[in-house]
Amino acid sequence: MVGTAAAAIGDRNDVDMTHAAPPSIEVDGLRKRYGRKVAVDDLSFTVRPGSVTGFLGPNGAGKSTTMRLILGLDHANAGTALIGGRPYRELRRPLCTVGALLEAKAVHKGRSAYHHLLWLAQTQGIGEGRVRQVIDQVGLADVAHRRTGGFSLGMGQRVGIAAALLGDPQVLLLDEPVNGLDPEGVLWIRNLLKDLAAQGRAVLVSSHLMNEMAVTADHLVVIGRGRLISDCSTGEFIRRYAAATVRVRTRDGRRLAELVVGDGGEISGEAEGAYIVSGLDADRIAELASPAGVVLHELSPQHGSLEAAFMELTRESVEYGGTAPDRSRA
Amino acid sequence: MTTMQITGSAAAAFGRTLRAEWTKLRSVRSTIWSLVIMAVVTVGFTAIATGFYAGSWDSMDAADQARLLSDPIGLILQPGAYYGQIALCVLGVMVVAGEYSTGTISASLLAVPARTPVLAAKAAVLAAVVFVAGEVIAFASFLLGSGIVSRRVDVSLDQPGVLRAVLGLGLYLPTVALLALAVGAIIRHVAGAITAVLAIVVVLPSLASLLPGDAGRYASTLAPGGSAGPLLLSSGTNPDAVLTPWQGFAVACAWSIALLAVAAMLLRRRDA
Repeated sequence: MVGTAAAAIGDRNDVDMTHAAPPSIEVDGLRKRYGRKVAVDDLSFTVRPGSVTGFLGPNGAGKSTTMRLILGLDHANAGTALIGGRPYRELRRPLCTVGALLEAKAVHKGRSAYHHLLWLAQTQGIGEGRVRQVIDQVGLADVAHRRTGGFSLGMGQRVGIAAALLGDPQVLLLDEPVNGLDPEGVLWIRNLLKDLAAQGRAVLVSSHLMNEMAVTADHLVVIGRGRLISDCSTGEFIRRYAAATVRVRTRDGRRLAELVVGDGGEISGEAEGAYIVSGLDADRIAELASPAGVVLHELSPQHGSLEAAFMELTRESVEYGGTAPDRSRA
Repeated sequence: MTTMQITGSAAAAFGRTLRAEWTKLRSVRSTIWSLVIMAVVTVGFTAIATGFYAGSWDSMDAADQARLLSDPIGLILQPGAYYGQIALCVLGVMVVAGEYSTGTISASLLAVPARTPVLAAKAAVLAAVVFVAGEVIAFASFLLGSGIVSRRVDVSLDQPGVLRAVLGLGLYLPTVALLALAVGAIIRHVAGAITAVLAIVVVLPSLASLLPGDAGRYASTLAPGGSAGPLLLSSGTNPDAVLTPWQGFAVACAWSIALLAVAAMLLRRRDA
């Protein structure tokens, strides 16, 4: 699996060529340790405008730390993180360049959403009209003047999103924005992220949920134990790591098995009259079955193993990353 | 030219940060409650202390009477300020440490990544608010207290040092608020910081006064939160005092500024 990860890193140049625009976020050789624990280890990746980049890793992989380093909240021990070519601290009205959602409900419980957004706007010289605009945009107009202490997690997330959008930034960093949201909220965030990317903005969104990222992100950066595991487009990731299978139903399983095995595929029985074929795609199975007179009642490609592939990928890094670092690929 | 532009834009940026900190301070109820509690406690203890001395005047010995006659304004202002400042310690701590407990500090530092201006703006806004509130409370305490003691001693603003002492309450209280703000920024934890500030303001000077002889007098005066600052609230005629009122005020300011400088250095250096 380490070899596969190395291949993924090696392929980065091919992927980058498909994104011609200059990077909005450039992370280069970033390293951060807390005491003896290395949270982020020689991490490099880029985030391009006009796309949603999913930042994936299990809990504790270093996603939040990386975002805090990019935003200048924590100091890196080595490496650089640049936004539009400059460190965050050198940005003049930073919220007008970068919008960030770090933790849910990071608002004083006794302060209203309106006042929270107002003081943020005042630090950047943004007018009060824009405050009302983002409040409407995230659907908080009715509760904007209520104290946020009584807000649900979803409403708190909306306040955070409003804060991130306040300066109309070209770069957005969102740390686990769908955590704790109901299905409606998840869908809202997903569509919002896609809209923001479609407007040409760069969106970096972290998650520990592979399936959520697979439907939201155009590009995936996967880390484990603070190290880069994979950096490629979502389609590429699915092709590479999710063992594609096809579910087939037929009354003539015996004949189908001969055809599949004869063409280099593998087949296993799933239930009475239902089979899982791997190694061949749906088109090829149909082409084999039709001339042989095998009637197929179902022929459906399966991608359910993506989450499992992600867990397998990151488990490797967790098991071997700390005790015996494999430097042979470097 | 370029330098002037940079200076100008930095000043404008600081102006924006000041406005934002003012919005923060006025948009939470704890601010107004702390100030109301401070007012009630300060004026209340003024009434209690002056009432006690006025009532027990006849049973006092001549030496005590003489001391009260020499510094009636200190008697009126100091007891109220001593207890009232405790509410201010809580408010000062909340202004910064409260941001750490709510997570607002991340938003503050993302908005102003230079960091030091955030602390400076917080200090400036808090000092201004406490100064105004302190002057209002000072004149209320003076009117009430001087009325209560008027049977025994006449105190008025045209007597030497009295106006300075009354105005001095509004100057002294911000030094306490800023000391608490700095400790809150250093400790970054509300309960821990309040404990530390009360230890400094209430416990440390008492402990220092236990030192024998002149050492105790100097230590309890010069310690952070010591009796140097409240000298400004007296007539300045106490022969035991080791500093003049303005010297005392300078000592209180120096401690607050020193702790703010430590807080600013740590704020820049530490991970948020």
